[in-house]
Amino acid sequence: MKFTLSWLRDWLDTDADPQSIADKLTAIGLEVEGIHNPAEALAAFRVAKVLTAEKHPQADKLQVLTVDDGSGEAIQVVCGAPNARAGMLGVFGPPGAYIPGSDLTLKVAAIRGVESRGMMCSARELELGEDHDGIIELPDDAPVGTAYIDYAGLNDPVFDVNVTPNRPDCLGIDGIARDLAAAGIGRFRPRASAALPGGFEPDPKVIVESGSGCYVFWRRVIRDVRNGPSPDWLQQRLKAVGLRPISALVDITNFFSIDQARPLHVYDVKKLKGHITARRARAGERFMALNDKEYEATPDDCVIADESGAIGFGGVIGGESTGVDENTTDVLLECAWFDPAAIAATGRRHGIVTDARARFERGIDPMKLSSAIEDAAQMIVELCGGEASEPRISGEFPAEGYPNRDNVVPYRPARLAALAGIDLPVDEQRAILGRLEFLALDPKDGESWLNKGQQQELVEKYDPASYWFVRAPTWRPDVDGEADIVEEIARIHGFEDLPSTPLERGDGVARPTATRTQLMERRLRRTAAARGLDEAVTWSFVSEKEAAAFGGGDWRIANPISEDMKVMRPSLLPGLISAAQRNLNRGASSVRLFEIGRRYLGDSEHATLGLLLTGDRTSRDWQTGKAQDFDAYDAKAEVLALLDAAGAPTANLQVFPDAGPTWHPGRSATLRLGPKTIVASFGELHPRLVAEHDAPGGTVAAEIYTDAIPAQRSAGRARQAYSPPALQSVVRDFAFVVPSDVSADALVRAVRGADKASITSARVFDRYLPKDGDLSLAIEVTLQPGDKSFTEAEIADISRRIVAAAEKLGAQLRS
Amino acid sequence: MSDALLDRIAATQNLQDLESVRVSLLGKSGEITAKLKSLGSMDPDTRASEAPKIHALREQVTDALTTRKAALENAELERRLAGERVDLSLPAPQALQGTVHPVSQVMDELAEVFADLGFSVAEGPEIETQWYNFTALNMPEDHPARAMQDTFYLEPRDGEAEPRVLRTHTSPVQIRTMEKTPPPLRLIAPGRVYRSDSDATHTPMFHQIEGLVIDKNITLGHLKWTLETFLRAFFERDDIAIRMRPSYFPFTEPSAEVDVGYSVDKGRRVVGGQEGWMEVLGSGMVHPRVIANCGLDPDEWQGFAFGTGVDRLAMLKYGMDDLRAFFDGDIRWLKHYGFRALDVPTLSGGVGA
Repeated sequence: MKFTLSWLRDWLDTDADPQSIADKLTAIGLEVEGIHNPAEALAAFRVAKVLTAEKHPQADKLQVLTVDDGSGEAIQVVCGAPNARAGMLGVFGPPGAYIPGSDLTLKVAAIRGVESRGMMCSARELELGEDHDGIIELPDDAPVGTAYIDYAGLNDPVFDVNVTPNRPDCLGIDGIARDLAAAGIGRFRPRASAALPGGFEPDPKVIVESGSGCYVFWRRVIRDVRNGPSPDWLQQRLKAVGLRPISALVDITNFFSIDQARPLHVYDVKKLKGHITARRARAGERFMALNDKEYEATPDDCVIADESGAIGFGGVIGGESTGVDENTTDVLLECAWFDPAAIAATGRRHGIVTDARARFERGIDPMKLSSAIEDAAQMIVELCGGEASEPRISGEFPAEGYPNRDNVVPYRPARLAALAGIDLPVDEQRAILGRLEFLALDPKDGESWLNKGQQQELVEKYDPASYWFVRAPTWRPDVDGEADIVEEIARIHGFEDLPSTPLERGDGVARPTATRTQLMERRLRRTAAARGLDEAVTWSFVSEKEAAAFGGGDWRIANPISEDMKVMRPSLLPGLISAAQRNLNRGASSVRLFEIGRRYLGDSEHATLGLLLTGDRTSRDWQTGKAQDFDAYDAKAEVLALLDAAGAPTANLQVFPDAGPTWHPGRSATLRLGPKTIVASFGELHPRLVAEHDAPGGTVAAEIYTDAIPAQRSAGRARQAYSPPALQSVVRDFAFVVPSDVSADALVRAVRGADKASITSARVFDRYLPKDGDLSLAIEVTLQPGDKSFTEAEIADISRRIVAAAEKLGAQLRS
Repeated sequence: MSDALLDRIAATQNLQDLESVRVSLLGKSGEITAKLKSLGSMDPDTRASEAPKIHALREQVTDALTTRKAALENAELERRLAGERVDLSLPAPQALQGTVHPVSQVMDELAEVFADLGFSVAEGPEIETQWYNFTALNMPEDHPARAMQDTFYLEPRDGEAEPRVLRTHTSPVQIRTMEKTPPPLRLIAPGRVYRSDSDATHTPMFHQIEGLVIDKNITLGHLKWTLETFLRAFFERDDIAIRMRPSYFPFTEPSAEVDVGYSVDKGRRVVGGQEGWMEVLGSGMVHPRVIANCGLDPDEWQGFAFGTGVDRLAMLKYGMDDLRAFFDGDIRWLKHYGFRALDVPTLSGGVGA
């Protein structure tokens, strides 16, 4: 919302300077986003008198003037304006002044051999008008030496206020002025509106259909108007707040929109066909709007129609076919009230943003219609001439309910301190409410402005010992409860002296607050970082193609900002793949990324850690030789380390080959706890996926499904008693020839299972696959004796069982 | 006699020579061994006078052999070491150093600061129903914030009355927590939020943190203290000034925008001081209707809520200036702005790194 200081002063009697006004506005919740004074650019220009004017010795069209700019000196200026003459008053720019219309800064210069120390300016040069036939001529009484912007009344700062959506009244300058006055800046100047007698019945008739979205439609017709350009003062005001002057009639409607948050509309009576109806649109109804766009209305839109069909969206935008123009002689003035929800829906549906929509959708003061139709008709007659009809109203507000014209809120003055922490005597509270034109009735005082029945009802419900009844003004549709009254008083009083009240502190040191999941996530994150992975945060949405490659997304965005951000990711890997690719394109040689976030599946959102390794595992090195690539075992190492950090029972994990279609079938696996609970997938990405998504080759990756990791059983902080074995362990090696379909993990498990009491570990330490030969695996088995050392016979027995267990899998002890 | 023997020992040049000298003197048929053996055949008087001499000689020779052996071994070691030089200026195997993303780090910092004030960390879904994201927060059907240009709507699924949305703020977590946890409550809710906005300072996804206190007798004054205390702890400065301004949010009443004072240091805005104000938080007293929507009696329970951008806090504290870079995964940026694994924020060690 933009307005100028002078316009504000129409409604507010104040001498406060612009900065104090801005500070106060911000302090009461009308945040000033900027103060801009376009005239400041012209501050250097002064009212000056031409003392002498002589012909330029070298040029026919130029004159050499001497000018008095108030300094008392006669300043020599070369001037080309035909109207420059001795004795006239004009606008002088000294050297150093910037001429906006010519985009140049004045310098002392010689023009055709004659020194010129400044310039007498035209209106166009100062961007104050189009006139460039000569220099500006000022009346003889203009005070020489005065700053021109002050003399011309141009020194008028423009405020830009961010009006919050709950304050429709502050989309009018009157509302802003009222708030300022309530907060102690100046005195509010209410404007009485005088009735303009009408001479005839307005024609055409207006019918307001119930349920149309339009409640009330006041109208007047003004005959025999002349719709030329509006006067300078009006054009200047509209331009200052960013509106383009169009014609007197249109400018008048815009004036009321800004001045009083009261949008109006004008129709050219001669272009209207038959009577006017406010109704729901018929399917497929189209019209050309004033913004030169054609709209197709839906049956949910409220339209204003004549017999030709829709001629505008009521309260949003008017139609081109019935708009006023320079030939308009008879005008129909509309001052209506539309349902805010209907206005908002229509505006949103068709993407139309207008000043009218902004005001109607927030709620116009329903009591301002009759005064506005008088004031606007008055201004039309003043500026355009003509004769006004009687005002006539169509439609009506419901007797009760919405819009609420009798909004009484029970309020306990004690709530101000209880909610806002501000202690203010009741008299002051009442005074603030009064300045905002909220009427506060203390039933203990006896006096009443409520009707008897209403008061009786309230007093029965709310204890008069502690409650007031506050009637909110009709321009404040946002007020609907006690907290709103607290806010009004608090905001006008100001938040500056709010106390700073400590929250109560529990006894002792602060208690831990993190949940198991949160702790696990922290451990995963810092372990991954400690292992050399960089944490990325990538978009939660991916493209349809990316989602499809990872099993397909269950959630699609209806209004994505781009097709690349269309589907909620079913995996963290697409985001990491893209990030890795970007890094490689930037010249990175080795990329290790991880992300902790959610996968969005049909049932719910799943906490997940994704990691990706690509490029060089080790760069070329004087010790290790050529650069080495990552392989699936690198991913496995990360996964196991991370699962261990997360507290997963890693010893119980089983490896199931082939992690699914995303992965290389032979070089990927899942890690499971039991056959069903998958806690991680890892391995090489499927080469087809790599090719289709331009993923870097040689990429290995993993996902840890952190929400599948079971909680550790908590047994308190104390560890089990420390009891190292009394006797040293014995190590024996076994080498087996293994069928190709038996995994190392299966063999090791079988070996370990051969004697669970004695075998404390079994580990593959060698693997040999000769060309055209059988696979051999060598396993180191650690045996732990109990209270007696093993005898040779015992060891032989365990060995026999180990071999037997392996043989069950088809493995043979190597001879 | 002894001098000659000692000379022989001293003259040896390596351990083999020394060993043969030792054998020739102390071995089975060595010279000194022979002398010792001869003691047995001596008469007692001669033995009494010769024995000490022979024993002393043996002692002398043994010592000399030991000393010489040590000397030769040392010389041998020196010789070997002289050939064992490596160039330790060559690079050692590289240790990997990963990083923690600034958003995660700041979330950990916030959790640490607020834990001390008794706030726990709550979470909620990012794909939300319109009830939790809007309606329960006092944003009815026709509220402008529901407009398509701000909110990502999901394609409707079978059997659902209205499409879900990507949560536009972390405030739905307030509702979910109030519904299931009886007050008093103190919580923060950090997480991803989404708005269909994209330019230099807006990304369609970003991070917010929500704070909520529900209790009896909570006022705007508690809110002010909490924010001051939190900002001082988070930014690790005592000269943090805040300014509260009345504002409007549908889910709070009264509502306040909170500005933090900044100063300019080397051309960059730094939190602290009062050279200017910048808006960092939205806040207010939880709207009675919101409290009622969670099944609590607004005449009994009241409290405050606040919200701010986690990415924004990170930028203000650590000096990044481009939000989009947060979500690019550029390892150069991550190495530059990220944190080391052991930079764990603690109260004793400080919540900044």
